[in-house]
Amino acid sequence: MKRINVMKKTVASLLLLSLVSVLLNPVSAEDACRDNLGCVIVAEDEPIVIGAMLVLSGAVTYLGDDSLGGVELAIMDRDGELLGREIELVVEDSLCSAEGGQAAAQRLSADPTMIGAIGTNCSSAAQGAMPIISDAGLVMIAPSNTSPSLTNEDVASGGSHLPGYFRTSHNGLVEGMRNAEFAIGVLGSSKLATVHDGDPYTEGLARVVADTFAELGGEVVFEGAVNKGDTDMASILTEIAVYQPDIAYVPLFEPEVNFFAAQMQHIAGLEDTVIIGGGASFVAGFPENTGAAAIGVFVSGPLVTGEAYEQFLVRWEEEYSGSPPSGYHAHAYDATNLLLNAVEAVAVRSDDGSLVIGKQAIRDAIAATEDYPGLTGSLTCQEESPFAGDCAPGTALAMFEITEAEVYDDNWPPPVFWSFSESASE
Amino acid sequence: MFKWKTDEFSWVDFTIDVLRILIVLAIVVGSWNTLSEGRISFAQWVNLFIAGLSQGSIYALIALGYTLVYGILLMINFAHGEVFMAGAFSTVFLAEALNRTGFLNQSPVLAILLMILFAGLVSMTVAILLERIAYRPLRGSPRLVPLITAIGASFFLQYTFRGLYGSGFKAYPQVKILQGALQIGSINIPTVQIFVFASALVLMFGLYWLVERSRIGKAMRAVSENKEVARLMGIDIDWVILFTFGVGGFLAGSAGVINGMFRPQGVNFFMGFIPGIKAFTAAVLGGIGNIPGAMLGGLFLGVIEAIGPNLVLAGLGIPGANQLKDVIAFTMLVLVLIFRPQGILGERLSEKKA
Repeated sequence: MKRINVMKKTVASLLLLSLVSVLLNPVSAEDACRDNLGCVIVAEDEPIVIGAMLVLSGAVTYLGDDSLGGVELAIMDRDGELLGREIELVVEDSLCSAEGGQAAAQRLSADPTMIGAIGTNCSSAAQGAMPIISDAGLVMIAPSNTSPSLTNEDVASGGSHLPGYFRTSHNGLVEGMRNAEFAIGVLGSSKLATVHDGDPYTEGLARVVADTFAELGGEVVFEGAVNKGDTDMASILTEIAVYQPDIAYVPLFEPEVNFFAAQMQHIAGLEDTVIIGGGASFVAGFPENTGAAAIGVFVSGPLVTGEAYEQFLVRWEEEYSGSPPSGYHAHAYDATNLLLNAVEAVAVRSDDGSLVIGKQAIRDAIAATEDYPGLTGSLTCQEESPFAGDCAPGTALAMFEITEAEVYDDNWPPPVFWSFSESASE
Repeated sequence: MFKWKTDEFSWVDFTIDVLRILIVLAIVVGSWNTLSEGRISFAQWVNLFIAGLSQGSIYALIALGYTLVYGILLMINFAHGEVFMAGAFSTVFLAEALNRTGFLNQSPVLAILLMILFAGLVSMTVAILLERIAYRPLRGSPRLVPLITAIGASFFLQYTFRGLYGSGFKAYPQVKILQGALQIGSINIPTVQIFVFASALVLMFGLYWLVERSRIGKAMRAVSENKEVARLMGIDIDWVILFTFGVGGFLAGSAGVINGMFRPQGVNFFMGFIPGIKAFTAAVLGGIGNIPGAMLGGLFLGVIEAIGPNLVLAGLGIPGANQLKDVIAFTMLVLVLIFRPQGILGERLSEKKA
């Protein structure tokens, strides 16, 4: 009996001791981390830090300005707070090159409080940034990358996808195939010329369009390239004129696309050639700066509609005045919300008041996104290559035709000529 | 000509000679293949040549700024591309206003002169401020110091103008009088290209007259020859240097408007970077420090860029020939520097200047 009492006392003492020790030594934030990629610990009263890798300098700065507005508005719509913490945005210039993306990713991943980033704008920058972000266990959600290689895991076929990469912009594979279908099925063309500028985005699109065009029975008569920064297109246009194509597929950025369209009208042999541009030329400046030569040009670009988007534009007008400078601000807004929602879903409050955010958990939460009602449509993130990390609804795209209203009356966006949800044979 | 044959054998000289032969062979074979295929007609070649001359005129006007400053200070003003941008970017707003009021097409000659004057003055002001604030305090420092400062000034100017006017692209309005074309047989020469070439020639001859015939030009030549002796002769060398920067700036600003008439699109804060590099190349091609050399170098570079890819690279079966346009331009630079290190019209520089 006495032994039982002693045992009871011992057990009670041990329980008391362990209770005291728990109270005196709560589970630390580090101990609370069970994530195989590690965790970001946000100490009490510290902000939640997210990054943005956008093009803030150079010729396509308008793309970065456009996306940054979307990111900032998404944060403002949450009053700048998440889980009772302030949201801190660290913005790095990723330029529009692999080196720029690499440098921006290096700087962001060196910050131990960094959770993930929105960006990059250019596919070339994403190729530089992705290995660093992926190795650091972080995530990047791109608002305007469309190169098919970025979501393709098959290295042999040029794929470069790595875990942690997501995008809310459409895949160029879808855009390119539909563009080729449009050229043959809607415009009834049979001869195609393509011109890219060496960027993975423009090169990828030109490749897909040429391949699909040939598969559909068309003839690809010329595949060429110019340099970023070229102003003189007479040389390549003279070469193209030798083949007299029905379609010149030119997914170039401003200002090269402006120079191309403007100079094409002076080249004999290209009078009947129709230009089709990609999403890079889906910018109000294209018809405005090209002038009459832009009339009749077809441009495929994001088609964002709906009441929520209208309200977003009103908010943009209030904050920044005017309209967004490019077509991917809504994608940046959605990308930011995907990241912040993931943080909200996986963050665990530890006993010391810190937030413990598992890096793999963030990736899993974003990858699990299904039918998320974003500004750009219903977003579902895919896992299978060649669409690994693609979250965009593929139908939020259309072919627009530039008319006089866009050139002379500042109308933007141009009227939808053909929606990607329609069949090309209709 | 072949140094290794006459002097003592050297592998370096031998390699350079082999390189010379290979480059010349590539040019001859490529051109022969292209011309014998006959894909591009004679009229198209002429059009490319004239477009190249027009582009080259703009390079030449910018190159004059590099060469004037080099001639007088022996420094490369790498911010000169941004001086060009400053005039072109600022004047696009004036051009838009003139277009809105209808003045641009009612009195096109007057309107273009007004734009050239405005752009010239803006660029001149920027160039003068550059010299006064960034370069003059460094005069006498090792040559690398002003060079690095110039690169810094270039970025400073780019982002100052981005802050002033935004990051979007602008375009010059089209002037109706320049929209036609002159038909000579089967050759169609756009009026705007004639305008570009003619106005660049006027400006270049104006500069030549200024330097060779005017009093201030004589002072410029004296300062270029020997600053200390010029100072002893009573020449205010600070003023002469400031004037030289101002003249170079004015030419660059004028080139901005002429370029705006020729290639109206792509006006933004970054637009001076590539023309700046090309113009520097033109100045080196022609013989840096030599005024007619810069003019000739600019025209030469413009023409080579326009016809080179289709003539040489396409003939050699190189894919994406037009993307390698810069390769042609810089290969020409290498070629000229191998055959004539002092440039086409340059004189051999003394130890001090080299």
